[in-house]
Amino acid sequence: MTFALKGGAVETLRVAVESRTPHVTLSQVTRSFKKASTREMFAALGPIDLTLNKGEFFSVVGPSGCGKSTLMDVLSGLARPTSGQVMFEGKVISSVPDGVGVVFQEDASFPWLTVRDNIAFGLRRSGVDGPEVERRVAYALGFMGLRDFAGAYPAQLSGGMRQRVCIARTLVMQPRLILMDEPFGALDQQTRLLMGDELLRLWRETNATVLLITHALDEAAMLSDRVGVMSSRPGLFIDLVETGWERDRDSRVVSTPRFGEINARLWDKLRVETMKVMGAQH
Amino acid sequence: MNIESVLRSLLVAAFIGLIEWLCRTHVIPPMVLIPPSQMLMHLLSLVSTGQYSQDILFSFGNIVVSAFVAIISGFFIGLAVHSMPRFRAALEPLLASYYAVPTFIFYPVFIVVFGVGHGSIIAIAVLLAIVAMITATLTGLDRIPNVLRKSAAVMRMSRLQTAWRIQLPAALPYLFGGVKLAVAYSFIGVIASEFILSGSGIGYAIAFAYNNFESDNMYALMLLVLISVTLINAALNFFDRRLQARRQR
Repeated sequence: MTFALKGGAVETLRVAVESRTPHVTLSQVTRSFKKASTREMFAALGPIDLTLNKGEFFSVVGPSGCGKSTLMDVLSGLARPTSGQVMFEGKVISSVPDGVGVVFQEDASFPWLTVRDNIAFGLRRSGVDGPEVERRVAYALGFMGLRDFAGAYPAQLSGGMRQRVCIARTLVMQPRLILMDEPFGALDQQTRLLMGDELLRLWRETNATVLLITHALDEAAMLSDRVGVMSSRPGLFIDLVETGWERDRDSRVVSTPRFGEINARLWDKLRVETMKVMGAQH
Repeated sequence: MNIESVLRSLLVAAFIGLIEWLCRTHVIPPMVLIPPSQMLMHLLSLVSTGQYSQDILFSFGNIVVSAFVAIISGFFIGLAVHSMPRFRAALEPLLASYYAVPTFIFYPVFIVVFGVGHGSIIAIAVLLAIVAMITATLTGLDRIPNVLRKSAAVMRMSRLQTAWRIQLPAALPYLFGGVKLAVAYSFIGVIASEFILSGSGIGYAIAFAYNNFESDNMYALMLLVLISVTLINAALNFFDRRLQARRQR
């Protein structure tokens, strides 16, 4: 597995998951935008080389505005890279491929549908038969703690509950690659930990590859097999931390010394990048 | 019914009661205004005798057609304009100042083009109503959160599916605002046009009654227009409230 270090140097790391099947591969991926004011191009992302292995839980942390969400858009096929290519299951993607589910940072629940219909929306569209839709929706309502709100509209729910609806809507589709952009941002700390446990359980059950974008270092450290630390803009991976957790893990890892070490390493790298961003603002 | 609705109803009832009292005591002379109760009784007798049935059907037919044309064409024009940002930027100041133009000044043109009758009345009403629907469509499409479009893309929905299953329901409360306005403007456009462009219809009948000192008929027909507008507006508001209630966060 290779990743680009800021400054142009490329370092190759041997990782424990190297022998696993590559599921998603980014090769020299960049993304640039035109500034609205000056019409000049500026680099938001990359070049990035990254491989996510099948069934891996990978988290991305980085300072605000470093291109994490841009990375997710490119990975999901919602945006095309300016240069380089993204491959999913061996095929270059140019639009959202089959088997990819995305949970967005913003509330993406459909306000005109009940919680039940929101969760069933994608399944019904995909032609899944009625009893199977019912079974999956009932399961999702249960594990997301939404059973009592199945007939409610999103407007009647809290922000955290609406986000759970969106997570459920994605997970019932049983995607092989799950991309999550700050999915727990609207939740309180206790709920975040418990939702993290649920996410880990689902990840183990489905064997999906997960990419989680988060601001919360503890969340990344607790949930992930690997954590990628991104630099300030243009976003590059400046460190890649292997957590070494067992696959069968839960939120109790936060009480282990290893968790503190991972957190410290992540913060050590991120602190410098965050200060650069703050310095640029002053 | 909440306290505000009760107060509103009492206010209207008090106003009607005051007019009734002023008319009955001849503070307002009968040549100027007849008591509201007399208007209502006369309206009921007009409806039962069918004296103005043709005019009522003529006007309501024109209102339905012009509202329908304005809503449908306004929606599709709004969609088209929304998909062309540069054209929209050029057009928007014109749309914003549209209602400063008294549309009725074009009535001679419409008479030349469509003749006297349905065509010119509907044309003026549509001209009056359509921009409200275009503007509501543009606003509705603007207000759709981008994350919903992204969600549709992730679900691999086609453009048509996205428009039908995501964008239309997401924009519906705004579109319904446009529908309400389009219906109101169609009503105004048709009744007002009939005063000058028609030989039949409620507007024409009111003008005829006025010119011939038939106060009972004139006020009864005016009451008919008021009751119709109130009922239609109440029905539209009812649906609007139901739409909004699900969505207010």
